[in-house]
Amino acid sequence: MTTDPHPLGPAKDVEPLTEAPPAEVQRAQEERLLRAWKMPTGWRYWSAVNNTEVGLWYTVMTLFFLLFGGVLALLMRIQLAKPNNDFLSAELYNQVFTVHGSVMMFLFAIPIFEAIAVIFLPQMLGARDLPFPRLSAFGFWCFLLGGVFLCGSIFFDAAPRGGWFMYPPLTSTYQPGIGADIWLLGFSFIEVAAIAAAVEMIVGALKCRPPGMRINLIPLYAWYVLVAAAMILFAFPPLIAGSMLLEIERAFGWPFFDATRGGDPLLWQHLFWLFGHPEVYIIFLPSVALIAMIVPTFARRPIAGYSWIVLAAVGTGFLSFGLWVHHMFTTGLPGISLGLFSAASQAVAIPTGVQIFCFIATLAAGRVVRSVPMLFAFGSLVIFVLGGLTGVMVAVAPFNFQAHDSFFIVGHFHYVLIGGALFPIFAGCYYYFPLINGKKLSDRLGKIAFWLTFIGFNIAFLPMHLTGLRGMPRRVFTYPSGLGFDTLNLISTIGAFILAAGVAVIFWDLLRPKGKQPYSERNPWGAGTLEWLQEMPGKPWGVRSIPEIDSRYPLWDQSNFMRDYDEGRFYLPDAEEGERETIVTSVVDAQPEQCQRLPGPTFITLFAALATGGFFIFGTYHLWWLAFISLALAICVILYWLWTGTAIIPEKDEKEAGLGLKLPLYVSGSSSVGWWAMFITMLADLTAFVSLVFGYFFFWTIHTDFPPDPSPGPGIFWPAAALVLLLGAWALTIFARRWNKRDWAASTYAGLLFAAALAIGGGTALLAGPWVTGLDPASDVYPATVWILVLWTAAHVAVGLIMQLYCVARRLAGRMSARYDIDISNVALYWHFVAITVVITVAVIAGFPLVA
Amino acid sequence: MGQLAEKNQSLWLLTGSPVIWAGHFMLSYITASIWCAKLAGPDKSLWEVRVAILVYTALALAGIGFIGSIAYRKHSHGHAALPHDADTPEDRHRFLGFATLLLSGLSGVAVIYSALVVVFIGSCH
Repeated sequence: MTTDPHPLGPAKDVEPLTEAPPAEVQRAQEERLLRAWKMPTGWRYWSAVNNTEVGLWYTVMTLFFLLFGGVLALLMRIQLAKPNNDFLSAELYNQVFTVHGSVMMFLFAIPIFEAIAVIFLPQMLGARDLPFPRLSAFGFWCFLLGGVFLCGSIFFDAAPRGGWFMYPPLTSTYQPGIGADIWLLGFSFIEVAAIAAAVEMIVGALKCRPPGMRINLIPLYAWYVLVAAAMILFAFPPLIAGSMLLEIERAFGWPFFDATRGGDPLLWQHLFWLFGHPEVYIIFLPSVALIAMIVPTFARRPIAGYSWIVLAAVGTGFLSFGLWVHHMFTTGLPGISLGLFSAASQAVAIPTGVQIFCFIATLAAGRVVRSVPMLFAFGSLVIFVLGGLTGVMVAVAPFNFQAHDSFFIVGHFHYVLIGGALFPIFAGCYYYFPLINGKKLSDRLGKIAFWLTFIGFNIAFLPMHLTGLRGMPRRVFTYPSGLGFDTLNLISTIGAFILAAGVAVIFWDLLRPKGKQPYSERNPWGAGTLEWLQEMPGKPWGVRSIPEIDSRYPLWDQSNFMRDYDEGRFYLPDAEEGERETIVTSVVDAQPEQCQRLPGPTFITLFAALATGGFFIFGTYHLWWLAFISLALAICVILYWLWTGTAIIPEKDEKEAGLGLKLPLYVSGSSSVGWWAMFITMLADLTAFVSLVFGYFFFWTIHTDFPPDPSPGPGIFWPAAALVLLLGAWALTIFARRWNKRDWAASTYAGLLFAAALAIGGGTALLAGPWVTGLDPASDVYPATVWILVLWTAAHVAVGLIMQLYCVARRLAGRMSARYDIDISNVALYWHFVAITVVITVAVIAGFPLVA
Repeated sequence: MGQLAEKNQSLWLLTGSPVIWAGHFMLSYITASIWCAKLAGPDKSLWEVRVAILVYTALALAGIGFIGSIAYRKHSHGHAALPHDADTPEDRHRFLGFATLLLSGLSGVAVIYSALVVVFIGSCH
């Protein structure tokens, strides 16, 4: 390979060093690497940002929440074991099923995907860490805070009790307590963490692969994670937007979902399920990804139909966004809408089935080695296929009308989620545990656990289909005897306890002291993928040297691979400057582009999470002053974090990465990871905004006088003025980036400051529109909708203003220059999105009333 | 050959056919919703929507077919057979072509599924 990071023509294959470096050189390299990646000790341990540590905390917490949700499930099963039971009151039962569903979805199923990916994605990609370790840590602390807050509420009899989907008007008009606020704000907070994780995963999978790992060679896990993370970007924002609307309705009386003032509860259902259905696949895909890693290992052959699995992952990712209305089949939508969504619900079964056939084909073509992970994988396939079949049944609208809101649905989605997510995760626990602490879990306990969970699960949930068909509704705390539910419910309860016993065995196996047990041998299952390069027990540096990849299963196919890796014959075998480093590569062909310096331990992520959490938690109690002080604090902490920890100018331009490869240490623009992160974050942000715009047009379709004629506001003048000023601010920001690149200091400063002034003027003009025309958001849904669009846009302008001033300060402080311009490149990118938001807002609030 | 394969280093074509499916789906849904909510006469007839959706379907299938044919050319470029797992630009090229081709097939089927709805449903009820 030449030193040119983008050689044209067929890439020459790079071979590792033919001679091992002398033993003393290797030792010195290892010492320097260990020093750079040293884990903080004592109480400072909690400042670690290393993916292995953060991922481990994440996993432990999600498993704790799994137990918590599981105990709630058992309480429900005890209550339903016999008719007319009074073990739980109706009130408490409502809280228990709401918290059970919410915890399992938001605090277990989604975060465990992030947790597993944070630990293993870098390992599978031969990277030292993900590109933004501190962002992962921030996400974890947010998740911990939000999760504890939400779960804690049930002990104060204050938990949400409107079902996990929080339908208004039940949750707006009829539940004045604090429960719904806890749900809305607590989960919005956690969703922010999920989007942060999604950014990390996407940039990790696309930009942090080892050299040579072209897009046709990446581990299937990375494909699945890429798709699931991309889905988060488009699925979570509608819920964040919806939660914001519902919370504003509860706190300030803006009537988005209140039919008496023009609102419509159905809008919530659309926004919720636009999130809620893709979420099922966001849970399912990363879990089935574990199966895609496990199956080839135990079939002792490469996966059959790699491209077909990519088809399945990407296809499912898309199609799953066309299913949301099948949760709303009984709301009286026109038959043609039901038909369209029913069609998509049937179509999604195709890619889902394809990947299962690929797994079966791989197993059939290979020679299968029996093992506990394979047992759980088989169990998963059996259960999931059954859940998928009932899924196709409920996708048929007329059957859905019958089964809706009955225990049939409860049976169906537990088959899907436990088969599609929980069993693969258990399989993953047994498979990957040696990478966590170097020791295997017990085969014997694993087999016992499998049969208990598998049998217990089926005894618990199979009868529910029948209970449901006999007419037992969901979410009812008890039932009279003699309706044919008694025996079936008792059987379900017995099964639930058998299942729980199996889960208890797994937890015991995970937690039991393993001091005397010897370390497992390296790569104990004989797998072919990169994560199994790890020594037993692992080292904090992630990878000893970053390998050159020629195959989908390098450990099987590349000769002397592990030796070359261990002896540091590949890239970056050293940390000469004592810095944490990894290689950033191009998206499709994984050509090395940059040596990325990674940040080390810090408490700043914890402080940032506490301050951000303060905003949401004080907000829950409507302590607005404290909430806004918290928000201001959060902005300060995050600015400090950015100022001290990002876009650091390196001491030299380039670095030898080994094997004759010279890589730049500082890259800005579209090849830098920061630019990608901004782009991805803003895509999610734009999706949330589009959800609000969808709300506007939704109200237009259901009302004859929306927008009212004559329009009471915001008029044309102020929005038009805002449009001109804000587009000016945008254009000047873009020019400032160019002027900075040419090192025209005065123009850069003038451009940015003038842009900031225009941003202030434009933001004010935007707010002036509805203000001077006297639109009262609490009076009717039209003013409320206009105000929400205006406020959303103004808030983005305010953030953009802070960014412009930040760039001025960075340049003044010598932390940004013509050559080192990450800050202003990313700010300019942000302003592109602000410009789109402004244009759409003005077109909708000022333009649409003219044409409507 | 290498030169050709190194060009067009992009993943966007992979998402082309599913995006067309999504566009067709949303357009059909929005057309039907607005028609039924705002424009349909007292008989709630769906004639115009059915014609519109058939037009959308023809356009969508044409687009998907076009992407599929590009993908097929990429996939069958040169001589290598499946599973396209070599560390060469050609195999990467063929893999992306094949995956795009498969996704075009799936998107085509999904579009036809959607279109079938208006074959069977004739009113807004």
